[in-house]
Amino acid sequence: MALADARAICPDLTTRPADLAAEATALAALRRFTGRYAPLVTVDGADGLMADISGVPHLFGGEAALRDDLQARLERAGLHAQSAIAPTRGAAHALARHGGGILPEGRLLEGLGALPVTALRVDQATAEALSRMGLTRIADLAHLPRAPLARRFGPGLVLRLDQALGAQAEPVAAPPEAPHFGVRMTLPDPIGLQSDVMAGLDRLLDRLCAQLAAHHRGARRLRLDLRRVDRQASQIEIGLARPMRDPARIKALFAKGVEEVDAGFGIDALRLSAPITEPLAPEQIGSTPAHQADALADLLSSLGNRIGFDRVLRLLPSDSLIPERSFTLAPAAYSQPAPSPTHRTRPAILFPPEAVTATGHPPVQFRWRRMQLTTLRATGPERITPEWWLEDPTWRSGLRDYWRIETRQGPRLWLFHTPQNPGWYAQGEFP
Amino acid sequence: MKTLLDPPACPPLGLRPMRVHEAGGRGRRSFALFQAARHPGPLVWITPAHLPEQPLPAGLPMGVAERLHLLRPVGETDLLWCIEEALRSPAVALVIAEPQQPLSLTAGRRLQLAAEAGRTTGLLLIQQDGGSAASETRWQCEPAPGPEDSTLHHWQLNRNKRGTNGDWMLHWDGTTAAFHLVSEAGKRHQPADPAR
Repeated sequence: MALADARAICPDLTTRPADLAAEATALAALRRFTGRYAPLVTVDGADGLMADISGVPHLFGGEAALRDDLQARLERAGLHAQSAIAPTRGAAHALARHGGGILPEGRLLEGLGALPVTALRVDQATAEALSRMGLTRIADLAHLPRAPLARRFGPGLVLRLDQALGAQAEPVAAPPEAPHFGVRMTLPDPIGLQSDVMAGLDRLLDRLCAQLAAHHRGARRLRLDLRRVDRQASQIEIGLARPMRDPARIKALFAKGVEEVDAGFGIDALRLSAPITEPLAPEQIGSTPAHQADALADLLSSLGNRIGFDRVLRLLPSDSLIPERSFTLAPAAYSQPAPSPTHRTRPAILFPPEAVTATGHPPVQFRWRRMQLTTLRATGPERITPEWWLEDPTWRSGLRDYWRIETRQGPRLWLFHTPQNPGWYAQGEFP
Repeated sequence: MKTLLDPPACPPLGLRPMRVHEAGGRGRRSFALFQAARHPGPLVWITPAHLPEQPLPAGLPMGVAERLHLLRPVGETDLLWCIEEALRSPAVALVIAEPQQPLSLTAGRRLQLAAEAGRTTGLLLIQQDGGSAASETRWQCEPAPGPEDSTLHHWQLNRNKRGTNGDWMLHWDGTTAAFHLVSEAGKRHQPADPAR
C-alpha cells in the first residue's frame, strides 16, 4: 500500500522510515535464538526465518507443542510472529504468511490448495498473468499439465510449485555460524579480592585466546563484564595497539581497570568477550625483530589505554605543500610508519603563526616572543599559495613568502610575509 | 681506576645509555633531534597536549620521522606516567619529554630506575631552572650565529655525575647524525673538580 493511500484511510497514522540494517541485525539475533529449536536455521527473505526441525519435535512434545513454545516465547519478548510447520520449505513459507498453522505429512495439497498463487514465491508479473488466466489459487495450478505451464510462465513457476508440493527438494542451507569470541565463568561464592578477579581473568583469557588461535584471529578490543551479587554490573574495556592473543600480555592491561572496580558485596560472574577481532596468522616465535615489535605494541597499548589512543600519534607524510598540511598526525595503533622526504628548507619545529613586529623587508630587526632579534642572514623568499580548494581560516591572509632568517642572537627562524595583507609572522624554528 | 660499576663509555656529545639526562636552553629541541638521529630504534617524544610546537617531518633529520611516536598527554601526572612507562619499555631507544614543571628528586630518581629497568635512554627538555638533582647530565644548548652556510650550536655540559663537564661549539646541519666540531674547549681533558 502506498503511503498516501494509507494516510487517506487513517489520517492519524504514525510513520517512520524503515531501517533495513537494524532490521537485518534484529533478524540475525532472532536467528541465533531460533537455534534452540533446530540445528539448521536460515534467514528466509527480509522478514522470515526457516528452520529445519526434522527429528526435533519429540524433544518438545510434538510439533504443536514446539510451535506453541516458540509462539509463547516470542510473545513474551514482545514480538508478534506467525509460524507454520509444513513438510516442505515452500509450503511452510506460504502457510506462515497466510495464517500459520501445522500441515501434517501427506496432506500438503489440501492445506495449500486454498492459498493464493502469490504465496508460491513467484514474482509480481507471473502472479498477475496467472490471475488474468483465472488461476488464482494453488489448487487451480496443481492439476494442470506442467509442460504448457512452463512454456507459458517460465520454469520459475513450475519450480516453485514443485518445491511447495515436495516434488523438488529444497534443503535449508544454514550459513556457517560466525565465530563468537566470548567466554564466561560463574562462581559458587562471590569474590572480592583483586587477585581473585585476576585469577579468574587468567582462566577466561586462556580459553578466549585458545578460541582466537583456533580461528587465526587476534583481539583488538576486549571487554570484561563483572556481575555483582546485587545484580549491579561493571565493565572494563581495553584496546590493543595491534591484534593480539597472548594471555599474559593482555592480562597486564586489565590490571588498572580491575583495580578501580567496586566489588560491593562480591562478584559472582565474569564474562570476557572480544567485540573487535582482526585476522592474525600464526607467526614464527623466537625472532628478535618480532620481540621488539611486540614490546613496542605492548607499550602503545598501555599508553593508549591510559591517555587515549588518539593521543598516541605517529607522523605520516601527506601530499601538500602547505606546511601545516604536509603531514598528518595519525593514531599509532591504527597506522603503519611511512618514510617522509626531508627538505633542508623546512624547519624542524613548527608552531601556529605568531605575529612579529618587524622593520624592513626582509626584517632587519624584529621582536618575537619578547626577544629583540637582529637579522644576520635572510634566505628566501619561497612563495607558497593557499590551497583554494580547501577552506582554511589560517590561510585567509592569502599568499605567504617564507624566509629563513638567521639572527645574530642565535635562533634560526622561519618567518613569512603576507604581501596581500602586509604583516610578518614566525612559524617555525630550524635546528 | 676503572671498575665494573662504571657505566659503558660514551662518545663525546653522546648520552650515557640507561640513564635520564636533561637539556635546557633555546636549542634544547635541536639537541634532542641530534640525539634522536644518533639513537637507532623507536623514539618516543612526549609533549603536553597544549604545547603549540610540534615536529615537522620534512625538517627532521633523516629517518627520524618514521621512527617517532608522539604522545600528547593532558596534565603533568599523565605526562610523568608516560615518561616512566616509555622508559620501562625495552623496545624504545630514546625517550624525549618536555615536562612543564621541575621534577622532584623522587620523580627524577623513579625515572632513573625506570630507564635502568628498560635499558632505555631518556632526555628531558627542561624549562629554565627546572632541573632535577637526579639527572645524570645536564646540557645547556643555545643556537649560535655563524658564517655563511653553517648552523652552529653551542652546547655546554654543565652537570655530569660520572665524568667531566664540557663545552662544545659544533656545526650540525640537522639532516644526519654527522657533525663537525668547530673548537674544543680546554676544560674537556681536565679531571673532574675534586671539590665535587
